[in-house]
Amino acid sequence: MSDKTTPALNCLLPITVDNLSLAMNDRVLIDRITCQIKGNGITVIMGPNGAGKSLFLRCLHGLVEPDSGQVYFAGEPPSPAIRQRQSMVFQAPTILRRTVLANLLFVARQRGMSNSQTSIDCLAQLRLDHLAQHPARLLSGGEKQRLALARALIIKPAVLFLDEPTSNLDPTSVDTIERNLQLVRQQGTKIILVTHDLGQAKRLAGDVLFLNHGKLSEHSPATSFFKNPESKAAKDYLAGKLVF
Amino acid sequence: MSIYSDSLAAAFGLLATADSDLMEILYLSINVSLLSLVLSCAIGLPIGAILAIRQFHGRDTLVGIFNALMGLPPVVVGLLVYLHLSRSGPFGWLGLLYTPQAMVIAQMILITPIIIALSCQVLEDMHEGYKDFFDSLVVPKRTALVAYIIDARYSLMTVILAGFGRAVSEVGAVIIVGGNIDHLTRVMTTAIALETSKGELELALALGFVLLSISLAVNFLAQWLKASAKRRAYV
Amino acid sequence: MQIKRNMTVTKFIIFVVLNTAFLTGNAFADNTILVQSTTSTKNSGLYDHILPLVKQDTGVTVNIVAVGTGAAIKNAMNCDGDVLLVHSRKREDQFVASGYSKKRYDVMYNDFIIVGPNDDPAGIAKMNDAVAALKKIAATKSKFASRGDDSGTHGKERSLWKRTGVNQDASSGSWYLETGSSMGATLNTAVGTEAYTLSDRSSWEVHANKSDFKIMVQGDKRLFNPYGVMLIDPVRCPSVNSNGGKAFIDWLISEKGQKAIARFKVAGKQMFYPNAQ
Repeated sequence: MSDKTTPALNCLLPITVDNLSLAMNDRVLIDRITCQIKGNGITVIMGPNGAGKSLFLRCLHGLVEPDSGQVYFAGEPPSPAIRQRQSMVFQAPTILRRTVLANLLFVARQRGMSNSQTSIDCLAQLRLDHLAQHPARLLSGGEKQRLALARALIIKPAVLFLDEPTSNLDPTSVDTIERNLQLVRQQGTKIILVTHDLGQAKRLAGDVLFLNHGKLSEHSPATSFFKNPESKAAKDYLAGKLVF
Repeated sequence: MSIYSDSLAAAFGLLATADSDLMEILYLSINVSLLSLVLSCAIGLPIGAILAIRQFHGRDTLVGIFNALMGLPPVVVGLLVYLHLSRSGPFGWLGLLYTPQAMVIAQMILITPIIIALSCQVLEDMHEGYKDFFDSLVVPKRTALVAYIIDARYSLMTVILAGFGRAVSEVGAVIIVGGNIDHLTRVMTTAIALETSKGELELALALGFVLLSISLAVNFLAQWLKASAKRRAYV
Repeated sequence: MQIKRNMTVTKFIIFVVLNTAFLTGNAFADNTILVQSTTSTKNSGLYDHILPLVKQDTGVTVNIVAVGTGAAIKNAMNCDGDVLLVHSRKREDQFVASGYSKKRYDVMYNDFIIVGPNDDPAGIAKMNDAVAALKKIAATKSKFASRGDDSGTHGKERSLWKRTGVNQDASSGSWYLETGSSMGATLNTAVGTEAYTLSDRSSWEVHANKSDFKIMVQGDKRLFNPYGVMLIDPVRCPSVNSNGGKAFIDWLISEKGQKAIARFKVAGKQMFYPNAQ
């Protein structure tokens, strides 16, 4: 990965969410969320289990169609063309039944990139270069998630979505992943991260979206959120009283 | 049990001396079944793929029908093919009844649903697993399908071998449409039926062992492919 | 739309034909005929004995489909074959009368026999009255395996039962067992269940799985078993190879053919007696 910041990287900002709602089987899962995500800090989405965090992230990325409301990227509604400039790392990554390098090359080829040197550099960045020819399905959990991040980063996304990428991972992998997130943030990629890990949120967050029962309880800068949350739900959550 | 040892000895004897009649029958069996397998795959795999990745009205019904057709009784297939290929039937002018081609057609009808239903199942599982990742990456459907096929190649191989196993061991259909004509349409299974009806039970069982060894070889091949896939973590 | 679909089907079939051309070779060339025949003649090995001679004398290659007489006649009525060689006089005459063939020729005959287990529970050993023997089988409720498949042998068996006045069908499944199978399969069933059965002599002689079974009844005039051969009418069935079929039939009823039939023996015993006029 180069140090050069792609100038056009941030042209998908701001991300505007306008009155987004989604129900499944008569259960309201996302309830009239309105917010604006901007700035080059990492946006962390937090909230108790079942708050709708993952679903909200999928709505932002365009994997799930909301019942009503709309998401805009720099004023544009979502489209495959916009999604092509975003990446998403899932909690349980889908690993293709090929080598580590072939996994990466598959993604690169989807964006017309076939320079294998770039791929090898990208693997090195995530400490996977020694495993390049290894069958990807034999990797450990941490290695798999680092491969998933490498796949997400190889296309140099303007926006990177991550859904609890480090839950149950070894500390070294968590550290590698976090350092890479900081790095690409500096290079201009907008990062939106769902996490349960308070420490991780404190280390990375620029601003925090707190969701509860599908509603946006609060949207604050990280410093004020952790020190002095506005909503009662967030207070309870931070005090460890609101997990489920 | 002497019937087993006698028949096994007879089977080995037939194979060891490369008995010319047996070789002819074996050759035709494998030829007919391979050809029907190739044609069934040419038809069945694309249909299976479409059913696996496309959602359309009536899709589930179609999948259900193909699943049910996997259990088609061979005799019924034989009868239907006979009625169509008979000189008095709609395709009688082709003169295909009592030819190896007729047997190929009957076997195709038997195994195409197997290829469709099983490949659909395999590719559907791939689709389920890869869908989110490919949606996120905006992978075109065609590329996705190619990726499913590449990644599921060992499972698909097993599907194809299952089709071959069914084709080569089937008797009810080919005896009706082939006629079990010596040196023309006699295959392993119809030869076994014939020897049984002549009361040559030992010879029939010996032929059965030969057929079984083909099935075993095919299944060992499938097992070996699976095992090597597992070793290389493609499963 | 309809035409288009038919085109696709036709194209597909042509594709199959092209791809399987290698499988057939000279299958249905001009000098090849298909004979719808009975299993008894086929399984006896008669054809293995005479067909090389036919090929040698006439150049005709004969393919045999061996099924029960009923099925053979039905297949012939569907024009699936060139020649019919069966043993059910009544239905052969019907076949000719209905215009499916111009003429029936006598070829040969042998006889039917009743075979049964050595124990002989019905006590019919050495009888030569087939009808009386069946009566005893019914009276003692001894098992009897019937072809039950509309074959020539089955027809003969039913005509014999008719003369006994016994309603054997009412006992179907208890002592009267209808196998719905070929002669060989029925003999296997009979041996397996210790049942009597009616068989043509040649099928019995070549049957390998005899266990302790013996011929119980023979020599009754009513057990006469004549075979007839017919060319399927080429006017009715244009696909019929009438030259090849005629050549085969002419050979069968020629002196040479008749002698060849008489020469055919299984375990030293003559199986068929020529009777062409």
